[in-house]
Amino acid sequence: MKRSRKREKKISAIRLYRRYVGIHIRSTMQYKTSFLLTTVGQFIFSFNVLIGITFLFNRFHQVADFTYSEVLICYAIVLMEFALAEMFGRGFDLFSGMVKHGEFDRVLVRPRNEILQVLGSKFELSRIGRMFQAVIVFIYGLLTADIDWNRWKVMTVVLMLIGGSLLFAGIFMIQAGMCFFTLEGLEFMNILTDAAREYGKYPVSIYGKPVLLFCTFLVPYALIQYYPLLVILGRTARLWYSFLPLAAAMFLIPCLLFWRFGVRCYRSSGS
Amino acid sequence: MITVNNISKTYKVAKRNAGFLEACRNLFHRDYEEIRALDHVSFQINDGEMIGYIGPNGAGKSTTIKVLSGILTPDEGTCEVNGCIPWKNRVAYVKDIGVVFGQRSQLWWDVPVIDSFELLKDIYSIPKETYQMNLEELTELLNLSELLKTPARQLSLGQRMRCEIAASLLHSPRLLFLDEPTIGLDAVSKLAVRDFILRLNQTHRTTVILTTHDMQDIEALTNRILLIGKGRILLDGSPQDLRQGYRTMDEAVAALYREYAI
Repeated sequence: MKRSRKREKKISAIRLYRRYVGIHIRSTMQYKTSFLLTTVGQFIFSFNVLIGITFLFNRFHQVADFTYSEVLICYAIVLMEFALAEMFGRGFDLFSGMVKHGEFDRVLVRPRNEILQVLGSKFELSRIGRMFQAVIVFIYGLLTADIDWNRWKVMTVVLMLIGGSLLFAGIFMIQAGMCFFTLEGLEFMNILTDAAREYGKYPVSIYGKPVLLFCTFLVPYALIQYYPLLVILGRTARLWYSFLPLAAAMFLIPCLLFWRFGVRCYRSSGS
Repeated sequence: MITVNNISKTYKVAKRNAGFLEACRNLFHRDYEEIRALDHVSFQINDGEMIGYIGPNGAGKSTTIKVLSGILTPDEGTCEVNGCIPWKNRVAYVKDIGVVFGQRSQLWWDVPVIDSFELLKDIYSIPKETYQMNLEELTELLNLSELLKTPARQLSLGQRMRCEIAASLLHSPRLLFLDEPTIGLDAVSKLAVRDFILRLNQTHRTTVILTTHDMQDIEALTNRILLIGKGRILLDGSPQDLRQGYRTMDEAVAALYREYAI
């Protein structure tokens, strides 16, 4: 083996990530039927929430002065955010298994950033099913709700998607970081992920003031959902609410630090 | 050049007795037991040496490998490999080492082996020409040409191990850790792997640290053995020293384990 000291320029993180995604897509395509069924499953599974909302609105025409179409828009956006986070950040979601099976050791002996490698360890293409369903619901909500669209509102939706998926990714990271300290009892973290997705179908304000405060300042769900939604629905004059999802994305920073703290503990304790 | 100086490492292990009540009690109060995985371990390895690192299960072999490859940080002691401290500057350090964990695969399970190799090329940023040369050489020596297009999941254990070894050598590491590379292999594969490691060491002067329970591996490959037991280095010498008077290496090692009560 030639030992060349002249090193070619390091391949950029983004290019490497694309290679990781490529290999996952090729792996998935080895099991086409399974992929198809999972995707369809994801698509159908999300419908039960939609049906729940529809039945509710058959009895009551408004929930805390949000109409059916408005709730659908809110639900569809949260679902898209969550699907995006799961698609790209699944490596962190499944991280405890990686530590348990010792695969994280392999990450540590490779000359690349740990976060990039964990992100690259999994790419969940089948979440496209969920995404697809969210898009359909979103379009239906758009057509039926009474909203005049302008560029500002479109930008708000895009910011919500970015901020929201980063927020969910951050929560996956906390979950991943916790497995360095305990390998059990991580189920309660689902309160923050799955439950947030389930309850996120309604604007957070309907759950009352304490919940709204919690979701504004502690785990900033309201920033990716309730406040910017008000702008889209034209219920507030405070246009700066549109930028709140970016503040929610800041939540990623403590999550990242927490995870790195966990890694450092791992390296001095081992499994 | 590897210098290990007085390295110690202690694990805390939670203990409890069997039974439901005990489990409940354990929720509130936990007893920990400290296990010394490494107890002031020191040794030196020169460039191009091939070392057999042996000891019974739980003696501290894996912990040593993990410390040397930068996965773990020891509680005390110093260690320098090629002028680097493994657990600091992890990214710069691991470029120059290769690690094969015999019981864990580093290949992507569902894609052809060559795809895994290509990805490793990107992960290690291996220059194109170097990659081509190494790939050709490894393909020839390890007889991989038939295997490269097969998905890893369809390889037999022996075939997979040959690919694993190739995968950890693509980036021309100067130091190679082999953690039980011949475990579960049939005679033919075992011989092929041994031959290859020997040639690698001779032609490229790659330093090899080999942990194994297979004494034939040790006899065939190494001229220096480190015996570790209960976290301490008990013996540092040649296989001949170790074998003196016994018919086979296995008997010699078993006698040693008994003698040291490890």
